[in-house]
Amino acid sequence: MTATLNEAPPVTPEGDAPPRVASPRRGRRSDGGILLAIFVGLVAIALTLGPILYLIVGGFRTQENLSTNPTGLPDPWAWQNYVDILTEGTFWQQAFNSLLVALGTTVGVVLFGTMAAYPLARYRFAGRELVYLIFVTGLMFPLTVAVLPLYFMIRNLGLTGSLWGLIVPQIAFALPVTVIIMRPFLRAIPKELEEAAFVDGVTRVGFFWKIVLPLARPAMVTVGVLAFIGSWNAYLLPLLLLTGDASGMTLPLGITQFQGQHSSATTLIMAYTSLSMIPALIFFLMLERRIVDGLTGAVKG
Amino acid sequence: MTTMETSGKGRGPVGDASSAGLRPASPDIMAARRQDQRRKWTEIALFTSPALLLFALFVVFPVISAARYSLYKWNGVKAFSEAEFIGFENYARALWGGNDPATQGAFRSAYTEPFWQAMGHNLLIIVASMAIQLPLALLIALVLNRKFPGRSIVRVIIFAPYVISEVIAGVMWFIIFDPNGIATQFVESIGLHPPEGGWFESQQWGIWTVFFIVTWKYLGLAIILFLAGLSGVSQELQEAAAIDGASWWQIQRRINIPLIGPTIRIWVFLSLIGSIQLFDMVWVLNRGGTQGQYATIATFMMQYGFLRKDVGFGSAVAVIMFLISLLVAIGYMLTVLRRDNDNSELAR
Repeated sequence: MTATLNEAPPVTPEGDAPPRVASPRRGRRSDGGILLAIFVGLVAIALTLGPILYLIVGGFRTQENLSTNPTGLPDPWAWQNYVDILTEGTFWQQAFNSLLVALGTTVGVVLFGTMAAYPLARYRFAGRELVYLIFVTGLMFPLTVAVLPLYFMIRNLGLTGSLWGLIVPQIAFALPVTVIIMRPFLRAIPKELEEAAFVDGVTRVGFFWKIVLPLARPAMVTVGVLAFIGSWNAYLLPLLLLTGDASGMTLPLGITQFQGQHSSATTLIMAYTSLSMIPALIFFLMLERRIVDGLTGAVKG
Repeated sequence: MTTMETSGKGRGPVGDASSAGLRPASPDIMAARRQDQRRKWTEIALFTSPALLLFALFVVFPVISAARYSLYKWNGVKAFSEAEFIGFENYARALWGGNDPATQGAFRSAYTEPFWQAMGHNLLIIVASMAIQLPLALLIALVLNRKFPGRSIVRVIIFAPYVISEVIAGVMWFIIFDPNGIATQFVESIGLHPPEGGWFESQQWGIWTVFFIVTWKYLGLAIILFLAGLSGVSQELQEAAAIDGASWWQIQRRINIPLIGPTIRIWVFLSLIGSIQLFDMVWVLNRGGTQGQYATIATFMMQYGFLRKDVGFGSAVAVIMFLISLLVAIGYMLTVLRRDNDNSELAR
């Protein structure tokens, strides 16, 4: 965010300011500010967590309890919904599918994206900026526009219902962001390091594997996390491609399928949705910083 | 792409070598340099080709195919080679009902009206995001931009809705806004009248209910982005202004808000693109509503192109959506990004 400091400051520079005196007026005001911040923070937490907790707790209700007393705590706490889902294989199968697809997508995106970004960052060659521009324009090709032809293409390849038919296009669509985030990062690796390696007889390819990949790990984690979340939450492509049996679906599609099948058992749906949300939510929140870095990096280029 | 360049360049040094033979340069050095060049291009091709190939096959080619399908009447079942070429008829049908006076009236109500209805919903979400989400998120970020107990917990928790999938958010709020759900009961308990027939079914409230859910899911991201921007604003500058007698609001308006301009513009861009492509959540909520009362352009496209198997028409809608995104992105690059980059060049 250093760029934010570049606009001319609209007030007098601090040098002109009188020596700092603790002003009682200011002190009181900032105390009020702290109270206001705490208040706003608490309201924000309540509005954010309220619906989520309502969903999780709802999974412990009986259907009758939900309609008679939706605001109180479940009475009694019914474990049956959660037990039913966890002891029946479909949920685990879908979670496993989601994990497999997300991991496959992440590995592909990080590997191919870093590979492509490397020459774009560290080689001088005719057409380099053109190749980069191709990836930048890729940001404007949303999946929604390509999804119908993609469906027919994958159907003709006989890959509908296969997780590969999902992984490969997802890698392709996540590549532009990856290249755009990785290039400035790889460019920042000092030239001296490269020269020293070449003197020692390391080839450029060797330099990539032995030096660039370990050094680029933070940026790779960032793009990897973005790709993983994108895949884990993806709905549109699975909706078109995984039309077969429920056990072949990923979780987001599985939830809507489950919802359609048990439309009268609201509390069961709540339990199913909660179970597919909680582990990923905790995992993603631990990576909050990386996600924010990635998002700002992607748009600023 | 790269392979073409590689072969083209590969020929270059060969041509050089024949003319270089006249010069006193040692043939050994020339040969070594040539080999160097060839190796360099091979490496470039090796590194970039997986990404370029995937990108060309699964991103560029389908988008071009969409443009091609959009000129045909095709149901996606029979072979595409048997599809009937109808020029820009699909576009005409979406935009004004087509050019055939005999069918125009019927097409208007079947295609044109729902198309513009969906476009209107996207526009409403864009306008409401700028008019409601932006000031709200900015104000919350400015209030939270200080040290206070629990700051880091607040930060992490308000980010949660962003990482939850739109599917889960949709299902969750669908249950809450159910005609017998807790939101309805709450509104009744404070003496107000919830919409007749349910929140989503109401022509008037449906789209606003969707906007509420979108806001719940994406407001936290905006706040976090703005907080990240604000953390880069010089503390001394604000303290100096405070000592000079500037009020809290003056400091925000004259220092903090202008200085996070680039972050705000990033958010505006993300929000525009997201609003145009909004799909998952709306599809989960009854595919845009029983009357399409909150359908978006993306759900409209899927409704016609996939469910009703009118692939040509769906593709035309997809292309229109693409052109709108493209305009937004080009506009963003030409104005905002250039300005921000120019400023940072100046500062260096």
